Amino acid sequence: MDINDLRSIVTVLAFFSFVGIVWWAYGKGARKGFDEAANLPFADDDAEVINDHSRKELRKTS
Amino acid sequence: MSETQSTYNYKVVRQFAIMTVVWGIVGMLVGVIIAAQLVWPELNFGPWLTYGRLRPLHTNAVIFAFGGSALFATSYWVVQRTCHTRLFADGLAAFTFWGWQVVILLAAVSLPLGITTGKEYAELEWPIDILITLVWVAYALVFFGTIIKRKVSHIYVANWFYGGMILAVALLHLVNSAEVPVSLLKSYSAYAGVQDAMIQWWYGHNAVGFFLTAGFLGMMYYFVPKQAERPVYSYRLSVVHFWALIFTYMWAGPHHLHYTALPDWTQSIGMLFSLILLAPSWGGMINGIMTLSGAWHKLRDDPVLKFLITSLSFYGMSTFEGPMMSVKSVNALSHYTDWTVGHVHAGALGWVAMVSVGSLYYLIPRLFGTKQMYSVKLVTVHFWIATIGVVLYIASMWIAGVMQGLMWRAFNPDGTLTYSFVEAVKGSYPFWTIRLVGGVLFLAGMLIMFYNVLKTIGQSQGADERILAPAAHHA
Repeated sequence: MDINDLRSIVTVLAFFSFVGIVWWAYGKGARKGFDEAANLPFADDDAEVINDHSRKELRKTS
Repeated sequence: MSETQSTYNYKVVRQFAIMTVVWGIVGMLVGVIIAAQLVWPELNFGPWLTYGRLRPLHTNAVIFAFGGSALFATSYWVVQRTCHTRLFADGLAAFTFWGWQVVILLAAVSLPLGITTGKEYAELEWPIDILITLVWVAYALVFFGTIIKRKVSHIYVANWFYGGMILAVALLHLVNSAEVPVSLLKSYSAYAGVQDAMIQWWYGHNAVGFFLTAGFLGMMYYFVPKQAERPVYSYRLSVVHFWALIFTYMWAGPHHLHYTALPDWTQSIGMLFSLILLAPSWGGMINGIMTLSGAWHKLRDDPVLKFLITSLSFYGMSTFEGPMMSVKSVNALSHYTDWTVGHVHAGALGWVAMVSVGSLYYLIPRLFGTKQMYSVKLVTVHFWIATIGVVLYIASMWIAGVMQGLMWRAFNPDGTLTYSFVEAVKGSYPFWTIRLVGGVLFLAGMLIMFYNVLKTIGQSQGADERILAPAAHHA
């Protein structure tokens, strides 16, 4: 087999894996996970700020 | 848990964030100087400060010093915040900061001295290439190490874009920088002839595709939802956006070599894949802008969102212009003219710089524990100055570029050229002056930002945020 056949096969495989990814992304199965992932940036919204002031307070209490 | 284990690593993010502003000013100042040299050639001093040596300094400074620092700062922030864990290996993270600064300083010294490989956007000589490789491997270890020790099951899409950028840039740098050293300061490319040209532009175009696009899209997918306070418009579209860019960008390089010794079929493939790229690019742009759907009023008085959304508009504009310019018949007119320069700056100033600036305005107050920037009004001023600057820049380059292209290919009935080259140069002067004004405005905006950032830091109380355990359903 010519190396160019191999190259063509890889290209075709790449194309079909992309089609597979689109199929998966728009399928029903992925939906729940995507919703959870989309909200990840907001899971830390009320993050507690530790600054120099509150750090001193923390040391006092601990 | 010790204090360092229970907080995020903000130190390295702060360092990179501040240096982003500093290198932005330096890189754009060099850009303004070379723009002035085109208007007043008398400004070329000595061999060191001539246009030919300063131009690669400008491109390296804005792409790798400014853009690179912005990528490091934001990726280190995003990966920690969305993985709910401290950055992996503080020491390695510090090494990426100091190593990257040394690379930049070496570039700033070696390029004016005329030490160069001559490969566009990869001019740095082989010892610096080795240092870049070491820093980049450390970057990959820190980034993927943090992903591995994440406290949530999903990997947020922004991290996919950053991670894709890190892997692709490693591959590009290693392949394109393969060279044979003949002395400490001189090397020759491992490739020859048209293969060398093809590898160079495979590198060059994917530096645009992965360094300047995928990485900054990672920024977009985190900071636009955060600033708009709503999740990205369509997560599944963002997944398809990512994989479509990964599968297509690598093929587009040959459009830089239309009508050269490169085989015709390769040119046509490059053109075809550049046209296909329009689809994922616009999908991503729509995904970013539509994230604001239902909250458009926020755009009215939030200058940070103005920066982010305007950057997406310029992204859409330049990713429409790019495929169009890759069409061979259009390229016959546009190539080697100032139209290309205008196109690059629509992307570099309009997209890359504005999305970075918007993200930094989000980051700086949080990194230094203040409620908001010292002056929100100055952020608005920066936005308008920058926008006017970009528009002046690209509009003048469009006119100059199309004019140059038309003049160069005008023939008399007897087959002689209608215009000599210098007549096109003469016709370009007014537009080069307008471009200089646009560049000065953009630089002025960065100086305003620097002042605002310093004042914000002055109000700082220090802020190392404690890592919050993710909500139960994420873990």
